[in-house]
Amino acid sequence: MNERVWPVLRQLTGKDRLGKGAAVRSAATAALRARTAGADRVVKSVCPYCAVGCAQNVYVKDEKVVHIEGDPDSPISRGRLCPKGAATLQLTTDSRRARKALYRPPHAADWQEIDLDTAMDMVADRIIATRRATWEAEHEGKRTNRTMGIASLGGATLDNEENYLIKKLLTALGVIQIENQARVCHSSTVVGLGTSFGRGGATTFMQDLVHSDCVVIQGSNFAEAHPVGFQWVMEAKARGAVVIHVDPRFTRTSALADLHVPIRAGSDVAFLGGIINHVLSNELYFRDYVLHYTNAATILREDYRDAEDLDGLFSGFDPDTRTYVTDSWEYEGMPVVTATGTSEEAARGVGGRVPEGWSEMHGAAGATLTGTAQRDETLRHPRCVLQVLARHFARYTPEMVERVCGVPQDLFAEVCRHLTENSGPDRTSEFVYAVGWTQHSDGSQFIRAASILQLLLGNIGRPGGGIQALRGHASIQGSSDIPTLFNLLPGYIPMPHAHEHQTLADFLRSDAPHQGFWADMPAYLVSLLKAWWGPSARPDNDFRFDWLPRMTGSHSTYDTVLAQLDGTCKGYILLGENPAVGSANTRMQRLGMAKLDWLVVRDLNLIESATWWKDGPEIETGELVTEDIGTEVFFLPAATHTEKSGSFTNTNRLLQWHHRAVDPEGDARSDLWFMYHLGRIIREKLAGSADPVDAPILDLTWDYPVEGEQGEPVAEAVLAEINGWDAEGRPLSRYTQLKGDGSTVCGCWIYCGVYADGVNQAARRKPADEQDWIASEWAWAWPANRRVLYNRASARPDGHPWSERKKLVWWDEAAGHWAGFDEPDFERDKPPGYRPPEGASGTAALSGTDPFIMQPDGKGWLFAPAGVVDGPLPTHYEPQDSPVVNPLYGHQRNPARKVYEHPDNRYHPSGHEPGASVYPYVVTTYRLTEHFTAGGMSRGTPYLAELQPEMFCEVSPELAAERGLVHGGWATIITARNAIEARVMVTDRMPSLHLDGRVVHQIGLPFHFGPNGLARGDAANELSSISLDPNSHIQEVKALSADIRPGRRPRGPALREMVAAYRERAGIVAGTGTEV
Amino acid sequence: MDLETALPGARDEEAGYAERPARMGFFTDTSVCIGCKACEVACKEWNAVPDDLTAFTGMSYDNTVGLGADSWRHVAFIEQRKPLGHQTPGVGDMDFRWLMASDVCKHCTHAACLDVCPTGSLFRTEYGTVVVQQDICNGCGYCVPACPFGVIGKRESDGLAAKCTLCYDRLQVGQEPACAKTCPTDSIQFGELDELRERAERRLERLRESGVSSARLYGHDPDDGVGGTGAFFLLLDEPEVYGLPPDPVVTTRDLPSMWRHAGAAAAALLVGLAAVAWKGRRR
Amino acid sequence: MSAGTHHGMGARTGPPTADSQTDVRMDGTSGLRHERDATPGSAGLGRVGRRPMVRGREFRSYYGLPVLNEPTWKDHDIAGYLFLGGLAGASATLAAAAELTGRPDLARAGKVGAAGALAGSLYSLIHDLGRPERFINMLRVFKVTSPMSVGTWILTAFGPQCFAAAGTAVTGWFPRLGRAATVGAGLTGTAVATYTAALISDTAVPAWHDGYREMPFLFAGSAAASAGGLGMLAAPLAEAAPARRAAVLGAAVESVAARRMERRLGHVGEPLRRSRLLRLGAALSLGGALAGQVLGGRSRAAAVAAGAALLAGSACTRFGIFHAGMESAGDPAYTVEPQRRRLARAEAERDLG
Ligand SMILES: Nc1nc2c(c(=O)[nH]1)N[C@H]1C(S)=C(S)[C@@H](COP(=O)(O)OP(=O)(O)OC[C@H]3O[C@@H](n4cnc5c(=O)[nH]c(N)nc54)[C@H](O)[C@@H]3O)O[C@H]1N2
Ligand SMILES: Nc1nc2c(c(=O)[nH]1)N[C@H]1C(S)=C(S)[C@@H](COP(=O)(O)OP(=O)(O)OC[C@H]3O[C@@H](n4cnc5c(=O)[nH]c(N)nc54)[C@H](O)[C@@H]3O)O[C@H]1N2
Ligand code: SF4
Ligand code: SF4
Ligand code: SF4
Ligand code: SF4
Ligand code: SF4
Ligand SMILES: [Mo]
Repeated sequence: MNERVWPVLRQLTGKDRLGKGAAVRSAATAALRARTAGADRVVKSVCPYCAVGCAQNVYVKDEKVVHIEGDPDSPISRGRLCPKGAATLQLTTDSRRARKALYRPPHAADWQEIDLDTAMDMVADRIIATRRATWEAEHEGKRTNRTMGIASLGGATLDNEENYLIKKLLTALGVIQIENQARVCHSSTVVGLGTSFGRGGATTFMQDLVHSDCVVIQGSNFAEAHPVGFQWVMEAKARGAVVIHVDPRFTRTSALADLHVPIRAGSDVAFLGGIINHVLSNELYFRDYVLHYTNAATILREDYRDAEDLDGLFSGFDPDTRTYVTDSWEYEGMPVVTATGTSEEAARGVGGRVPEGWSEMHGAAGATLTGTAQRDETLRHPRCVLQVLARHFARYTPEMVERVCGVPQDLFAEVCRHLTENSGPDRTSEFVYAVGWTQHSDGSQFIRAASILQLLLGNIGRPGGGIQALRGHASIQGSSDIPTLFNLLPGYIPMPHAHEHQTLADFLRSDAPHQGFWADMPAYLVSLLKAWWGPSARPDNDFRFDWLPRMTGSHSTYDTVLAQLDGTCKGYILLGENPAVGSANTRMQRLGMAKLDWLVVRDLNLIESATWWKDGPEIETGELVTEDIGTEVFFLPAATHTEKSGSFTNTNRLLQWHHRAVDPEGDARSDLWFMYHLGRIIREKLAGSADPVDAPILDLTWDYPVEGEQGEPVAEAVLAEINGWDAEGRPLSRYTQLKGDGSTVCGCWIYCGVYADGVNQAARRKPADEQDWIASEWAWAWPANRRVLYNRASARPDGHPWSERKKLVWWDEAAGHWAGFDEPDFERDKPPGYRPPEGASGTAALSGTDPFIMQPDGKGWLFAPAGVVDGPLPTHYEPQDSPVVNPLYGHQRNPARKVYEHPDNRYHPSGHEPGASVYPYVVTTYRLTEHFTAGGMSRGTPYLAELQPEMFCEVSPELAAERGLVHGGWATIITARNAIEARVMVTDRMPSLHLDGRVVHQIGLPFHFGPNGLARGDAANELSSISLDPNSHIQEVKALSADIRPGRRPRGPALREMVAAYRERAGIVAGTGTEV
Repeated sequence: MDLETALPGARDEEAGYAERPARMGFFTDTSVCIGCKACEVACKEWNAVPDDLTAFTGMSYDNTVGLGADSWRHVAFIEQRKPLGHQTPGVGDMDFRWLMASDVCKHCTHAACLDVCPTGSLFRTEYGTVVVQQDICNGCGYCVPACPFGVIGKRESDGLAAKCTLCYDRLQVGQEPACAKTCPTDSIQFGELDELRERAERRLERLRESGVSSARLYGHDPDDGVGGTGAFFLLLDEPEVYGLPPDPVVTTRDLPSMWRHAGAAAAALLVGLAAVAWKGRRR
Repeated sequence: MSAGTHHGMGARTGPPTADSQTDVRMDGTSGLRHERDATPGSAGLGRVGRRPMVRGREFRSYYGLPVLNEPTWKDHDIAGYLFLGGLAGASATLAAAAELTGRPDLARAGKVGAAGALAGSLYSLIHDLGRPERFINMLRVFKVTSPMSVGTWILTAFGPQCFAAAGTAVTGWFPRLGRAATVGAGLTGTAVATYTAALISDTAVPAWHDGYREMPFLFAGSAAASAGGLGMLAAPLAEAAPARRAAVLGAAVESVAARRMERRLGHVGEPLRRSRLLRLGAALSLGGALAGQVLGGRSRAAAVAAGAALLAGSACTRFGIFHAGMESAGDPAYTVEPQRRRLARAEAERDLG
């Protein structure tokens, strides 16, 4: 019908007499077409928010991004996006995004615009000058070759290639305080999973959830924090799986679960311990699996003393240093060596202890032992692991679970029933967790507890089984693998320690026999040194091992804050992280930054960490005065994922490439651009320097090709270096090709293969419906593109699947190799019947029935003889600040936890201690679907901001009644650190718990809010303290204590006065809460 | 034109298209909704719907409040002390459930908004959906009180009526609507209406079997007051709990009678005024 | 090795239940499930505690929010339009009647008044549009399903005649054309005065919609009363008798229709019954009509006062109807409860039959 004809005429002449359809359609309407159809090109990309890694299609028209939506080809996301993913068009193209470089001179009241080149030049000058001024060749008489004057933070939002350049350049500059979100997010995962199984990543992948018969989500709010991944839980449920959510709050995950089990924040070890006890005392474990695939039969040393014997302590505790000497935890006759040393002394590092930050090296392989374990195949020996385990957990009874966790016994029994009924040869159960478990002062042990349980039930390495660690940012796994972390080199090679590792030989102890895959460490490390220092790295100069700066203790992001406060650290580079909102004790973060000489912030938006000097909370209270703050601040706008190419590593170790769709506008540049050109400028400025201190910079391989008007480095060239090449420059295809003689180059051994055959394997996008469920041709996963780790365990010791229903990988007798759906996580040709010859080393020392190939004994570790510093078995301790008494042991808190005594970081009295009742409620912090982390990517994005426009707190009707809180009104929440205000949400979803004869009320606080952006409010982290897990240095933000009262908080100086008055009332002094 | 046949009837749906593809619609299964609001955001991104930042509402996690010119999808959140099938809620000693449901324009078979629109701005597409033509609407606002579901609204900024288009532009090129495409759990299912209705019946049966006795379909019945909706729902409680009318009727169903009454009144007025003038006439 | 044996495991180790399809299959994930979706809570035990919940069938809504969207119509525009439209239509009809019965002054007053009111009503109507410049789009279509469309066409017929009638009456030009226009406007005027009832009734606003039977009579009565009032105001006493009678008749019809509507609507009629404007409107109309009838033939001042009261009364009535409708739309109870009752009735009927 001709749309130009007068509709009344069309009505009269056509079929649409009523004028409701065809007759009234306008010409414009008739011409309407989706803008996606008219796009010039569609660019393949990956969502920049969370670690699910949903694939996106980016539509470009006239060199502008006009639309972004899900890519249906993705086997993970199947085209779906959560609200954040759906808001990426606005995130990347909104006019409010910062696109201009800004400069704040010392003491200035406001920003001024600055030319990008000038800013780069000035930053380079600052780095050179600060480095010179703070160079530390030696520390306590040991060579350290470093600067403690500069620190960097951020990386989880960045590409692997960017993290690689950050780590490479800053390390060459001698910067050791390099950190990123992985510290505050999932570092305890690396320890917990790494020591248990040999690798610190999730043991499975998202889609495999469909094969699960029972999904236990605990310490994760799956539906809210990983919404698109949650579709696989729904799939499993549709196929008959039971879904259980154990969480202090009834969340959007609980709403879809079969069971919601309310639990007191911070008490999960007791809960999981209770299940372990149930499984052991009722002999419900999967005996064949446990016997063959775990260390259940291994005999422990006679001098080992359990927490059971020492009222919550293990043998070897030194109360003065609050650390353990761990040799009594070892296997009988199988001493520990770390990957980088043979001697027990060396393994234990400084003063006979595991050096700070070393637990995390198990991200890619377990600890190393030497010798042969003694075993009791009957599992009856009193010192065999299974018996020790049974004794250790015997006191974790259902009554105890109720007393500690507040979980009613009948509910607890239900969980036990579902889990055990759905585990075994025919059935599998999966655990899913995230930072509800990691962020505790004994977070690593939460994950250890789950690992033990899953091993006992035979659920690791099998379809529908495993432990799904749901990671945070788009590439947080990548920023742990290629770590912008102080204690690691790429591929979880530990950073050398000044006291132990002066020479390469010290470090490698390559003369010693090693068992398992760490035996090849020299090849990995030398290839890395070759990647960094090229021809300059030669055997005769230890491949420039000297040039690596040395650690002397913990240099985590929280130690850096203290270093800023005491003036040691003078320059700070924030690369996509917002500690003024996201890190614990944010007030200290800002006070630390106010002491800096200079600060560089690279971000998409003007986040709180960039603007605190003019509008931060301390300006309001009068503690800081803008004009008095001497910190020079540079703000450099960052490019988004649509404006650069690179790879993200998702939560399941999958590297996915995103392609640049358009060039960034204004001064926005990629972090690859920033690091590359910063390095280039610094090298130009230092050129010709004869100072040996400058040699690591000048000899650094730094010749990446650049392209385009902006001089953007070619990301694939960096990926090629990460992958590595052989002596002829041919790309390597697997890490087993690496050599320790300097003939191979490889920037990160676990990523070796991602550029096999010179093809970017991470960019592979074979549609899901053209592949089987493993979808192995979609992108590339480490290690070696395996999706289910330890999948040898999906077969019986003899190589046949445990059951037809749950087969995954099996020994193909006829073909003489392992076969199956997934890439076998096992030497392909090693038959089940293989037994290591006497004295075998390396991988040859593992038998054909050892599925945990990264472990020195090839077993899953129920008991961790090494690698965990606060106990070989998980033990329930109360959080640092807790209103509840630990009924299990005399030790209230984790004796080995890390606490920082500082006037701005006071702790609360706990349990029975006088003054504990001043902070009577349990606080937990968490996420909302609608916002992202510290808010830089959501609070300024209108479509997200409007969905949750204000900070609020969630309280039960009982607590509201007790404290006179009014729904929709205001409340003030107070700790010894600070006080915040929030709108009140009174809800049944925040149940009050009945435990040990009392009612414990919990307060829920989303942690996304801050003063900047569109959706605003006080940051929850004003309340939290710096108290850390000793293994991973992760902060405890999931469980603390506080008071709450109705009304808004005081303004100005009155705020500090109120906080101080509370402290006084609680009798808090310097040492409070720091007791062992 | 004959008023009777002109009013809602079978011909309504056809809307005068020579060739029509199957009628397309939504089946929104609220029992699998995770309340993520991706549908809200995807809709806004696709259609460039303005943001409308408000303050904390305290209505559970709903800060969108309702459908309107700037919210074409709205996810309702309802916290209730009631059971959901055999779910163990674990919040104290009481029943509890948290319902979430994504609401949208119903694309009524007999759409009041469309019926009353005086400009032909609102029209029925070949897919059987109801769409506002932005270049035609003159902002008379009639459609707003006409809609029995409280869906359509008039925007302050440009004075135009606006609501879900069922992504008419996307359908034109064979793409699924933005909200349905993004929905992580397939709570929003897009497809041919007939097929969706069958699927919904099966789904209802399955849910009831599994103990969710409160499940019911809403808008699926072609015999209801609006002739059935193109976007229909599986709900877990009474419609009004979600802010939906329990028995909506297209207002124009009564329009013939309205016209008759108005005609009678007009005639009466004529007669009455003639009569009052007749007495004492001068000619 | 005891291949396949399985010690120590819990009760269920048999084959998977029919409902459970979580086994690994080479053929991928599709086609296994009989449905796409998971069932909530299918495996739980229900509430663990034992406290029964007492639940009544109380009225429920979504946070007390209205089901309907608030009409965007402004009262001064739309209620004003209802009033002025009624006035214009009825005045034109009264004018025609006056002209045909030889009362030229009353006729002229009516014609001019109608033209003025029409101009005012058109202004209101256009003013309320979001895009006034697109008023003309009303003429794209003729939609019998849209009282506003029908009304537009009625106005299109009425307007030129009304203006022509007024123009010729004032100028004295083209008397034959003037007479034709007057008669035409008089005939169409009745439609102008009453279609607005259909206009507001043809919405989901409970008080408006449900009142559709009485509404046209109410409007017709109110229009007649206002036209009568205008006649009394503007025409000489000698010619104003029809106006006075029209006022009485109109006010009476308006009152009766309003009372009937309020009663018939029951619960939904509450906002109408509560409306002070409606009370005031009725009082003014009835008072004005009575005063006009009793005193208006004798005293010019009384006629003016009565006429003004009638006009004000009619305006109050329209504003009252408008606001009562808005109130009924703003309270979900007026939307939900009648529908619930209707459903219950239908259910009861089904059960019987
Ligand atoms: N929408 C959204 N998605 C995100 C993010 C986001 O900010 N927003 N952030 C991303 C990042 S960085 C991360 S790390 C992940 C985190 O993902 P999650 O860990 O799922 O997120 P949280 O909400 O912090 O915590 C999960 C749950 O732990 C519960 N919890 C708190 N304390 C305890 C406890 O002691 N025991 C148990 N069992 N549960 C507890 C909380 O109530 C909460 O429901 O999400 C990623 N995805
Ligand atoms: N109380 C409490 N505190 C917590 C948590 C908690 O659960 N409770 N969770 C913790 C966890 S798990 C995490 S991960 C942290 C997160 O805390 P942060 O990492 O500090 O928070 P984000 O807002 O994600 O900060 C990332 C920043 O990177 C920017 N960005 C994005 N892409 C790029 C890019 O390409 N380049 C650059 N240069 N910048 C970019 C974003 O705009 C954003 O401002 O918070 C931790 N803090
Ligand atoms: S935020 Fe996470 S779940 Fe949401 S779309 Fe992005 S990657 Fe997917
Ligand atoms: S996108 Fe789907 S799951 Fe999310 S709120 Fe909308 S309907 Fe519910
Ligand atoms: S729901 Fe309302 S807006 Fe949508 S088609 Fe029906 S009447 Fe029109
Ligand atoms: S506001 Fe626009 S769409 Fe609504 S009825 Fe009027 S012209 Fe039609
Ligand atoms: S169909 Fe399109 S217009 Fe309608 S709600 Fe969904 S995304 Fe919005
Ligand atoms: Mo995170």
